[in-house]
Amino acid sequence: MTDLASSAPQRIDWSDAELRKRLARRHSGDKWLKFAGIAALAISFSMLGILVLSLVSNGFAAFTQTHLKLEFEISADRVSAEDPAAGNYRAIVRDAMLGLFPEVTSRADQREIANIPSNGAQYILRDRVVADPALIGTRVTLSVPVSDPYDQLAKGLVDRKTPEANRRVNDQEIAWFDRLEEKGLVSKPLNTGLITNADSRFPELAGLRGAILGSFYALLVCFLISFPVGIAAAIYLEEFAPKNKLTDTVEININNLAAVPSVVFGLLALAVFIGWFGLPRSAPLVGGMTLALMTLPTIIIATRAAVKAVPPSIREAALGIGASKHQVVFGHVLPLAMPGILTGTIIGLAQALGETAPLLLIGMNAFITQAPGGILDSSTALPTQIFIWADSPERGFVSRTSAAICVLLVFLILMNALAVVLRKRFERRW
Amino acid sequence: MNKTITAEAQIASNIVSAKISARKVNVFYGDTHAIKDVSIEILDRSVTAFIGPSGCGKSTFLRCLNRMNDTIDICRVEGTIELDGHDIYDASVDPVQLRARVGMVFQKPNPFPKSIYDNIAYGPKIHGLAQSKADLDGIVESALRRAALWEEVKDRLAAPGTGLSGGQQQRLCIARAIATAPEVLLMDEPCSALDPIATAQVEELIDELRKSYSVVIVTHSMQQAARVSQKTAFFHLGLMLEYDDTSKIFTNPDHEKTQAYITGRFG
Repeated sequence: MTDLASSAPQRIDWSDAELRKRLARRHSGDKWLKFAGIAALAISFSMLGILVLSLVSNGFAAFTQTHLKLEFEISADRVSAEDPAAGNYRAIVRDAMLGLFPEVTSRADQREIANIPSNGAQYILRDRVVADPALIGTRVTLSVPVSDPYDQLAKGLVDRKTPEANRRVNDQEIAWFDRLEEKGLVSKPLNTGLITNADSRFPELAGLRGAILGSFYALLVCFLISFPVGIAAAIYLEEFAPKNKLTDTVEININNLAAVPSVVFGLLALAVFIGWFGLPRSAPLVGGMTLALMTLPTIIIATRAAVKAVPPSIREAALGIGASKHQVVFGHVLPLAMPGILTGTIIGLAQALGETAPLLLIGMNAFITQAPGGILDSSTALPTQIFIWADSPERGFVSRTSAAICVLLVFLILMNALAVVLRKRFERRW
Repeated sequence: MNKTITAEAQIASNIVSAKISARKVNVFYGDTHAIKDVSIEILDRSVTAFIGPSGCGKSTFLRCLNRMNDTIDICRVEGTIELDGHDIYDASVDPVQLRARVGMVFQKPNPFPKSIYDNIAYGPKIHGLAQSKADLDGIVESALRRAALWEEVKDRLAAPGTGLSGGQQQRLCIARAIATAPEVLLMDEPCSALDPIATAQVEELIDELRKSYSVVIVTHSMQQAARVSQKTAFFHLGLMLEYDDTSKIFTNPDHEKTQAYITGRFG
């Protein structure tokens, strides 16, 4: 005290060159930090841009599908009125095609021409006739998808200058297809089949319906398990559990679980859910349970953070009035923590939506041509469908893989947008 | 009815009974001995002020009176604290019910993020004090009137309590505390976050509340203690050094530390 008082305060010369230099250095430090931040943002945005651009440019081709408008003669001797489903529609499609090329007589060429429409054309025709048996004996005009090589050709993905031997369609086939185009029979409508069809061996027929439904059911199961369990666990740890070695261990292990590679959860699910419990393979139920294992730590950590962030004054206020512990938690803490909990949950679910490895292990990468009708039916999920398509040799699956990734990204964006909306909504209530 | 008559009779005869009596209270936070052998008789229908430098244990002691310290795991309370002759730390006493009888107002105004009405109605609701909606409306109105807030908020009871000004929020918290018809009101530095005008309003209110409650207030402001209280206790390093009439503490304290503190020589 006395030391300070006795010595006269020393005046600092702020215009001193050394001090000025130091100040300039500090300012340049600020500038560098700002610049580094902007540069980091710019890099990440350009990466994102490149990703989206390449996906969309690759997947763009799959958003349309080349169709061929054909007139089919549903003759009574090919399709019987008693059992329209059993008719020889393959022959009807073949006749319709050959009718357009009367000059072709060689059997090999005729077979090639019959292959221009998709293999699925006969089933589209069959479904149409089964739905309306009155069509038997009449002529029906239908637009059917063309098979993959011609789809590629129509979209300009086959380079006509490539030597014929290296091309998937030869000169003769190109000439036939060009004639169809001249006649105005070829169209390229929006490919709604990409969403409404289930998977198929033929790219022109393959769609994401099974995968989308599979992902939906799996996420539903995942949410129903992980949301209540996660919140209950977090509330107990945060509000009720005594702080001792045991709860410390539990906390460390929850944090560790969040970092466990997802493939390990897949192995666990394979051994426990499928091996011990005997649940069906490839089912969204098992997929959802597996994803729930992975989402749980995320939800617990997010909920604990949200609960911790509730001001202690609110807890004190409620306790001070004489609220019991559960009244404090359910009446005050949870409502205030809800925005944070929901955000954490949706981020966890979005993560689960994109998770592939554990689903591969429990067989959700099977080839399944029917969309699941419930959580016990075999099914794929969006990421595993992408995996399957990326692995398929047909050219048409290249663009479809990108298109499927775009669909997955759209769902992710929708989910994150939902998180923002819910957050806003719950915050406005207060 | 009978009770009020006896109470009035007591005031008339100028005999004020002890509402709370604490004997040899010791509080430990883990290994820290926060309160040492404090014994005090807190009178009914009067304001008792706890003063003392920061960290002297006055808030800790206040929180023992409605067992708010129970919520802290490492906190241990020894000794007896009696409310109307019954030990509040007895196993048969439920802290949840005790806190309805011994209300508390905190340092920072902490209204619930709900409407003004719901803020007041919460306590009576959870304790089942209202039989009907009309009952509850009556409780809310009378609590707000006693907290001198009714005129300001009667037209916007559905507005959020957090939208009020600081002083109004604190009076809302007081109204919330008295809505459960407590017998004792504990106030932990209720004016430290308020401006002088709001402080004056709250002090006026405290003076008003004294007629029906036993009020215990922790404060850092000597003037406030002198203005609102009838009894003052001086705490220092976990000990209660002096407890006497406010007029005596501020004019002629027995203890030299009290003298030093109230004249601002340490703190």
